[in-house]
Amino acid sequence: MNIYALVKRTFDTEEKISVQNGGIAEDGAEFIINPYDEYAVEEAIRVRDEHGGEVTVLTIGSEEAEKQLRTALAMGADKAVLINTEDDLDELDEFGAATIIAEYLNDKDADLILAGNVAIDGGSGQVGPRVAELLGINCVTTITELKIDGDQATVVRDVEGDSETIEAQMPLLITAQQGLNDPRYPSLPGIMKAKKKPLEELELDDIDLEEDDLEVKVERVDVFLPPEKQAGRVLEGDLQDQVKELVQLLRTEAKVI
Amino acid sequence: MSKKVIVLGEVRDGALRNVSFEAIAAAKKISGGGEIVGVLIGDSVQDLGQELIQYGADRVVAVEHPHLKYYTSDGFGQAFMAVHEQEEPEAIVFGHTALGKDLSPKIAAKLQSGLVSDVTEIEGEDDDAVFIRPIYSGKAFEKVKINEGPVFFTVRPNNIEPLAQDAGRSGDVSSLSADIQNLRSVVKDVVTKATDGVDMSEAKVIVAGGRGVKGPEGFEPLKELADLLGGAIGASRGACDADYCDYSLQIGQTGKVVTPDLYIAAGISGAIQHLAGMSNSKVIVAINKDPEANIFKVADYGIVGDLFEIIPMMIEEIKQLKVNA
Ligand SMILES: Cc1cc2nc3c(=O)[nH]c(=O)nc-3n(C[C@H](O)[C@H](O)[C@H](O)COP(=O)(O)OP(=O)(O)OC[C@H]3O[C@@H](n4cnc5c(N)ncnc54)[C@H](O)[C@@H]3O)c2cc1C
Ligand SMILES: Cc1cc2nc3c(=O)[nH]c(=O)nc-3n(C[C@H](O)[C@H](O)[C@H](O)COP(=O)(O)OP(=O)(O)OC[C@H]3O[C@@H](n4cnc5c(N)ncnc54)[C@H](O)[C@@H]3O)c2cc1C
Repeated sequence: MNIYALVKRTFDTEEKISVQNGGIAEDGAEFIINPYDEYAVEEAIRVRDEHGGEVTVLTIGSEEAEKQLRTALAMGADKAVLINTEDDLDELDEFGAATIIAEYLNDKDADLILAGNVAIDGGSGQVGPRVAELLGINCVTTITELKIDGDQATVVRDVEGDSETIEAQMPLLITAQQGLNDPRYPSLPGIMKAKKKPLEELELDDIDLEEDDLEVKVERVDVFLPPEKQAGRVLEGDLQDQVKELVQLLRTEAKVI
Repeated sequence: MSKKVIVLGEVRDGALRNVSFEAIAAAKKISGGGEIVGVLIGDSVQDLGQELIQYGADRVVAVEHPHLKYYTSDGFGQAFMAVHEQEEPEAIVFGHTALGKDLSPKIAAKLQSGLVSDVTEIEGEDDDAVFIRPIYSGKAFEKVKINEGPVFFTVRPNNIEPLAQDAGRSGDVSSLSADIQNLRSVVKDVVTKATDGVDMSEAKVIVAGGRGVKGPEGFEPLKELADLLGGAIGASRGACDADYCDYSLQIGQTGKVVTPDLYIAAGISGAIQHLAGMSNSKVIVAINKDPEANIFKVADYGIVGDLFEIIPMMIEEIKQLKVNA
């Protein structure tokens, strides 16, 4: 089976976010594989181990994303592709990101593509379903279970707490929801092997795209932080009185009950 | 320029979801006085048309088909595109719900258009509209504008005030027939779990438990409090990882991001990933036995103590209040 996993490099969830020159400050920040994409990579590896084939991890980004690709290779992916847009693009919206990925995958005959349900930085959740649509293949989002039998997959989809069991035709793009699996940590031998696995680096030219094809349709005009939440009041006194006071405050001051 | 806007009315358990009324209000803001057309898709939904109109739609188009009983992106995509072809709108608004998140990017790809997902606020009106949306799970926000093509966005539930229902408004509800065929995904079974009450993303009140609830049964008093307040229960990842509850309840950077009017955190320490998912709630109450817990830094009101004592007291107190009211 020809399997692709889409991974995005993103800020470690521990990081505080600050704004600098109209963008998010990146200096000194730690980066990780988007957590939902770890589920995608893990599931890709499991499907390969069960059905055979090859897992390729794909990212769009700068050279710095090689680190996350190596991590995915160390987990067990076979090959990695970096589409480096650093020299070509100042701006990229979801339309553009999906266009690049779909253009790359267009002639690859993927049987299964796995993406994260959402990137915890950009947060649009658009890239997976857009890619599926551009490739003209079937797509199910936010899945928590995947079983493949021939050209048919059975998936469980999380729909705001409900679970739908869906029979889906392959080729298929799925987006991973939390609970799909427990991503493995790369083992030491895995890390050693990963260094020798193929990592191909491409630029837009190589996939026949030009800057003009990717002109943003949505433009960012500002980035700001929410007003810092001020610590409020910790109540004092006898516990029973505190509870009375709290309920009164919620009713009369905050007016929320 | 005035714009014709189509708004998808989302139906759950036979009723329209609030977020659809919020989407109509958002549509009005950017329409410049243009027509607002509600769209209903399902196996039996046309009757809900008047309600969309009472909330501000000018007319409604319904697509009904037996294959639309359950949501599938192919089925709803075909139905929506049939309406799109008929109406040729300049703008489209969906709710940022499971359905909206799944369908909107596929429609945007078909239309080769931009899409602004998860809008919490709109500044300015008509052509000058600027959309505000959270990034980094609410640790920051961005303002974006649409340069080209249709104005297409999804609104996060609970953030944009709907228009008041006007029972006197009426309008045309028409039906459009569409071929719904070749569905590549078929829903075989649906298991409703977690919430038999209010959906977390639309709840006005959320009572959330963390590792401090100590077990699945520890959620019982929280659930009672949530029911009493007409709210939903939620959880930290700590509670989910410990198997006290289902992952679908997880709130935070890798779970749901919620903005209820009232968020009660019980036995939750307040890790940065949890705060990302809830710190934009309007009022936050923290209950934790550790006075140093981080959650107190974002709480409007805090009580230091044992949640198993405090929650039952709150339940009694609120019951009293209701009796007296
Ligand atoms: C106006 C504007 C300007 C921007 N400018 C820049 C910029 O200059 N530089 C920049 O880096 N970002 C920029 N961004 C952000 C960039 O557009 C998004 O990161 C990208 O479109 C993906 O969207 P998302 O983060 O919402 O991912 P989602 O759609 O939420 O991601 C879902 C899944 O898609 C896959 N995926 C997403 N992104 C990638 C990727 N890059 N490679 C591989 N797989 C991926 C992953 O599996 C991920 O889990 C900009 C965004 C906007 C709106
Ligand atoms: C990549 C990544 C993503 C993550 N995403 C999320 C996310 O989306 N959401 C999330 O929540 N976390 C997330 N986390 C985990 C996060 O870092 C914390 O581990 C988690 O939030 C802790 O859960 P907790 O507060 O329930 O548990 P703890 O930190 O163990 O806190 C339990 C609290 O309960 C209090 N307590 C105990 N008993 C009582 C009692 N009887 N009465 C009152 N108080 C009591 C204790 O004082 C303590 O403060 C993520 C972590 C990583 C690495």
